[in-house]
Amino acid sequence: MNLRGKAYIAGIHEHPTRKAEGITLAQIHAESAVGALADAGLTMADVDGYFCAGDAPGLGPLSMIEYMGLNNLTHVDSTDTGGSSYVIHVGHALEAIALGKCSVALITLAGRPRAEGMATGTAPRVYAADAPDVGFEAVYGPTVVNMYAMAAMRHRHQYGTTAEQLAWVKVAASHHAQHNEHAMLRKVVTVEDVVNSPMISDPLHRLDCCVISDGGGAIVVVSPEVAKSLGDRAVKILGHGEAVKHLNAGTIDITYTGGAISGPRAYEEAGVLPGDIKYASIYDSFTITVVETIEDLGFCPRGEGGAFVSDGNLIAGQGKLPFNTDGGGLCNNHPGNRGGLTKVLEAVRQVRGEAHPAVQVANCDLALAHGTGGSIATRMGSSTVILGRADA
Amino acid sequence: MSAAKTYMDPPINDESRAYWDGANDGKLLLKRCGDCGKTHFYPRVVCPHCQSSATEWYEASGDGTVYSYSVMRRSEIPFVIAYVTLAEGVTMMTNIVDCDPDAVAIDQAVKVTFKDSEGGQSIPMFTPA
Repeated sequence: MNLRGKAYIAGIHEHPTRKAEGITLAQIHAESAVGALADAGLTMADVDGYFCAGDAPGLGPLSMIEYMGLNNLTHVDSTDTGGSSYVIHVGHALEAIALGKCSVALITLAGRPRAEGMATGTAPRVYAADAPDVGFEAVYGPTVVNMYAMAAMRHRHQYGTTAEQLAWVKVAASHHAQHNEHAMLRKVVTVEDVVNSPMISDPLHRLDCCVISDGGGAIVVVSPEVAKSLGDRAVKILGHGEAVKHLNAGTIDITYTGGAISGPRAYEEAGVLPGDIKYASIYDSFTITVVETIEDLGFCPRGEGGAFVSDGNLIAGQGKLPFNTDGGGLCNNHPGNRGGLTKVLEAVRQVRGEAHPAVQVANCDLALAHGTGGSIATRMGSSTVILGRADA
Repeated sequence: MSAAKTYMDPPINDESRAYWDGANDGKLLLKRCGDCGKTHFYPRVVCPHCQSSATEWYEASGDGTVYSYSVMRRSEIPFVIAYVTLAEGVTMMTNIVDCDPDAVAIDQAVKVTFKDSEGGQSIPMFTPA
């Protein structure tokens, strides 16, 4: 069933906080929701679908529904695939709306790891002690960063991807972040800055890693009828794909991500090709995440991601594929260690022509947003959405 | 002098107990399916290849090669995390120990060894062959 154009993104909001001292998790969810609904020209009373992931406090969606005073819901979904959850939620909202289960779907995200002093990337974390894989992994000290580092190491081994090539991803993000007043890191950096920053887990340096930030955001997805009633700012959802990739019984390949599966599904639904995309928001937990994903999404042949991202090719106004023009997770924001929602936000801004003028892509009628959740070196959820103008 | 690296106790359940008991006996155990004949990792009762519950334990050779690795520097004691592809064909997460971390390389031949966890459970690790 092709759902191209069966729903629109009518409102977005990115919470401005980057260090949420004195602000609770529930409050960030609710303030983000209020902001996105106001952006759409809607209110909480209009919402009949609510979507959240594991960052929402309480059991699934229940506590946040109560906190925000949602009383007209006909559909809920608390799918959690880590940072990619919110890109999946956009797709699931598209499905629910197409089936008539709801017509105004609210998606929220919030996190405050920075205020809580969390060593996100370098401290071992056991997500669920009863997960069947935990005993065979946790004893060896896997952290977020050393897992992605193993992917980078293998990619280097198979394809010759260098530290300097990875660094170009961060350089491009920093060029964009200088224009974002809310970005955590606004200083433009060079390839030398990245490769000379402290080694965290070979071959990833400190500047290959995303920021640890607080914050949140929200997205309002609506039916074509509701979109029409709200004016002409709504962005059409043209295609969606989702996938879970895992270690497959021990026959592993960590040089590609689930984007190799979710991307083609989204392109097929949208009826477009990678070369048609004018702007891409690509999950950037680490520089290697971007290099692998760019290959997976067909922007270059497998193994050539390192060369593709080099020499400013991801910088708006310079390169062939402007990416993460808000500064992305590497420089702007990675709320709650879950960067999928903010990827959708900047893609919507680009299609609306509301990105910062210094990074706005000319005639941006087709944009892509991609989320990665979990770990590219073990099991991950991947999701791709393709967005276009209302007349697309 | 800094203390030696310590290892957490693995959570053990009814499906994994034999694996950890085997490690305490100095054996790296794998699971093979009695129906489809394929080995899988991590070991489980239900075969992920054919969904049969007729899976059986057997002892691995202990030989493998490094598929990928990383030296974790942001740790009180830097350590090498790795994926090792066993001679039996499956790849497992592990640590490379008892060697210079900077001398580890992809495709390097390694063999199983064992380290005790804080609670005395033996854990399979690998060291250069």
